[in-house]
Amino acid sequence: MRKQRGLAACLVAGFALAPAFAAQAAEPVKVGILFPLTGNAAAAGQASKAAVEVAAEIVNGAHPELANIPLAKDAGLPNLGGAKLELTFIDHQGNPSVAQQQALRLITQDKVHALLGAYQSSCTFTVTAAAERYGIPIMVGDSAALNITQRGFKWTFRATPIATDYAATYMRFFDDMKKAGRQIRSIAVVNENTDYGTSVADAVEAAAKQNNVPVAIRIPYSASTTDVSAQVLQLKEKQPDVVIFISYTADSILYIRTMKNLDYLPPMTLGDDSGFSDPSFVPAISDIGQGLMNRSAWDVGKPGSTTAKINEMYKAKTGRELDDTSARNMQGFLALADAINRAGSTEPGKIQAALKATDLKPEQLMMGYRGIKFDETGQNVLASTYLIQLKGKEYALVWPQQAATAPLEWPMKGWK
Amino acid sequence: MLLLQVIVGGLLLGAIYALFSSGLTLIWGMMNFINFAHGEFVMLGMYVALLVVTWLAGGPAAFGFAAAFALFVLGVAVYAGLIRHVMRGPMLAQILSTFGLALLLRYTAFFIFSANVVSLPPTALSGTIDAGGILVSLPQLVAGVTAALLTLAMHLLLTRTTVGSQLLAVAEDRSAAMLMGIRPDRMQALAWGLAAASAGIAGALMATSYPWSPSVGETFGLTAFVVVTLGGFGSVPGAMYAGLIVGLIQSLSAYYLGPIYKDVVVYGLFVALLWLRPQGLMGKA
Repeated sequence: MRKQRGLAACLVAGFALAPAFAAQAAEPVKVGILFPLTGNAAAAGQASKAAVEVAAEIVNGAHPELANIPLAKDAGLPNLGGAKLELTFIDHQGNPSVAQQQALRLITQDKVHALLGAYQSSCTFTVTAAAERYGIPIMVGDSAALNITQRGFKWTFRATPIATDYAATYMRFFDDMKKAGRQIRSIAVVNENTDYGTSVADAVEAAAKQNNVPVAIRIPYSASTTDVSAQVLQLKEKQPDVVIFISYTADSILYIRTMKNLDYLPPMTLGDDSGFSDPSFVPAISDIGQGLMNRSAWDVGKPGSTTAKINEMYKAKTGRELDDTSARNMQGFLALADAINRAGSTEPGKIQAALKATDLKPEQLMMGYRGIKFDETGQNVLASTYLIQLKGKEYALVWPQQAATAPLEWPMKGWK
Repeated sequence: MLLLQVIVGGLLLGAIYALFSSGLTLIWGMMNFINFAHGEFVMLGMYVALLVVTWLAGGPAAFGFAAAFALFVLGVAVYAGLIRHVMRGPMLAQILSTFGLALLLRYTAFFIFSANVVSLPPTALSGTIDAGGILVSLPQLVAGVTAALLTLAMHLLLTRTTVGSQLLAVAEDRSAAMLMGIRPDRMQALAWGLAAASAGIAGALMATSYPWSPSVGETFGLTAFVVVTLGGFGSVPGAMYAGLIVGLIQSLSAYYLGPIYKDVVVYGLFVALLWLRPQGLMGKA
C-alpha cells in the first residue's frame, strides 16, 4: 500500500513538473537581502524582513484578491516560466563594513541575481558600491540619504522618497500651517549623526533657508547615547515652534521621555519616520506624546482595500500592523520583482534595463507614491509622502488635507 | 539655573556609572581579571526588572532586589562554571573567556527577548520633582541616590567587615590567606556574585528611565572600563569618583559643546589622565 502510494505520488509530481521542465526556466530567482537583524536597529530590520517575506509570498503564491499589484494574481514570475523568488537574508548588524563584506559574499558565493537593502544609509552606501563593482542590480527600499543615488551608479535603483522630498514636504506643510494662522517662527533640527540623520538634517536646513524658516538650533548626537537631558535643555532654551527629530528607536523614546521629565513641550514635534515608526515607539510613549507627528508613505486604508489586505497578511505573520519603513521595503521588493519579470531573465543586464524602463502607476502600488519611475541616477522621481499624527495609540493621516482621514491638532497635547 | 540642572543630571547618571563600575573594579582588585561581560550583566539586570514588573507587577523595591539576587546567582555560577577553570589557563584564554561569555549572554538575550527596544512601564517611581526650578525625574533621583549609597556600602563592606578583610586578604596573597583559614574559592565566588549583583541592580535602576535592547551592554561595558581605568583598577572609591566625573563631564560637554563631542571630551581627558597618572586617580602605582 505504502509503495503504491509512493508511486502515485511520483507520477503526480512528474506530471506537475513536466511543463516546468519543458520550459527549462523555472529555476528560482535569487534575491539577496541585507538588513540589520541584530544591533540597535534590529527591531526595524526584523520588521522589514517579515514585510519582504510577505511580499515574496504575494509574488510566489496566487493572490487574485490583490490583483492590482503586479505579479500578485498568479503564482511566480510568468515571464520566467512561473519561477519563484528565493530570498537570502543577511544580517549586517548596522555595520557598513560588515554590510559590504556580506554583499560581496551574496554576489560572489551565493550568486544572487539582485539585491535589496540595507536600512541604514551608511550600510546602503557600501552595499551599493559592491553591487556597482560587480554589476548586480540593487533596489534600495528605504534608505533616505541623498547621495546614495548621486554617485553616477548604474546599478542602484531607489523606490523610496529621499531626504530632499521629505524636506520639501515639511516646508509645504509649514506653509499650509502658516496660512491656517499657526505660528512657526523658528524650528529646531535634532539628528542622529550617521549618514541618514546628517543627510536628512542637511536637506531640511537647506530647504528651511530657501523658505525663510529660521533654524533656531541644530543638534547632532549619537544614537547609542543613554542620556539626552543636555540636548533637551538646549531646546528648552531656544523655544522653537517645531522640533524635527531625525532619530532611530531607543533615542526617539529617550527624547520624548526626557522632554516630559524636564517639562519641555514644544508646540509641535515632528519625527522623520525611522524611530517614530518603529513598532516599539508608540507603546512606549503614547501616554506622554499625544499629537506628535511623523511622516509615512504607508496608510492602512479602508477595510477591504488592497493595503488593508496586505496589512492583514503581515499581521497574521507578525502580530503587528505594517509600519512605513517595512512597507517601503516591501514596495521596493515588489518593484524589483516586477522588473525581473519584465526582463524575462535572471541576467543582471536585462534586469537593469527592465528597472530603467519601470513605470508603475499609483493604483499598482501599495504606497502613497505618485508612481515609480527612475531617473538616470536611479532615483524614483514620483516618490512622495503623507504626514500622520499620534491620536491615542495610533497614527492617523492628517496631511495633505485632501488625503486626510482625521483633523490635525495643533499644538500637540503631549502629556497634558 | 540651567547649569545647575545640567550638573544635577550628570551627577545622577554618574552615580549609576559608579555603581556598575564598582563591580568591575572589585573583580579586578580581587583576581587581576578583566570581565568583558560586565555590560551584559547590566543588560540582564534590566530584563530581570522588566520581567518582574510585567509578570509579577512588582514595584521598584521588588525588581531592584530581584535583579540583584538573580545576578548574584549568575555571578557565582559564572565563577564556578567558567572562571575557576580558565584561571588555570593562559592569560589569553582568561581574557577571551569573558569576551565569549559576553557574546553568549547578548545573543541569548536576543534569542529570548528579541531585538525590539523595550522600556519599563510607568511604576510607582514615575514623575518629576521640582526642586526650586531644577527638575529631577523621580526614577533618576532614586536611581542616582541608591546607586551612590550602594557604592558606599560596597566600599564599607570591603574596608570595615570581616568578610571584606577576607576578600582583600585573598586579593593580596592567596596562599597566605589560605594559611589563615580563608577559602579563596569561596571568597572569589562571593566577589563575582557581588560584582554581578551591583551590575544587575544598576541595570534595574537604569531601566526606570532608559529604553533598551539586548545590545545595550556594549555601551555600558565600555563606560565601565573607562570609569575603572580612570578611578584606578581595583579601587571602589576610585570608581565612585570616576563615575561621577564621567557623568558630569558627559553632561557638561553635551550641553556646551554638543552631544557628539561628549565622548571626545571624556576619552580625551581619559587619555590625558592616563598619560599623567597611569595608575588612575586612586589606584596604586
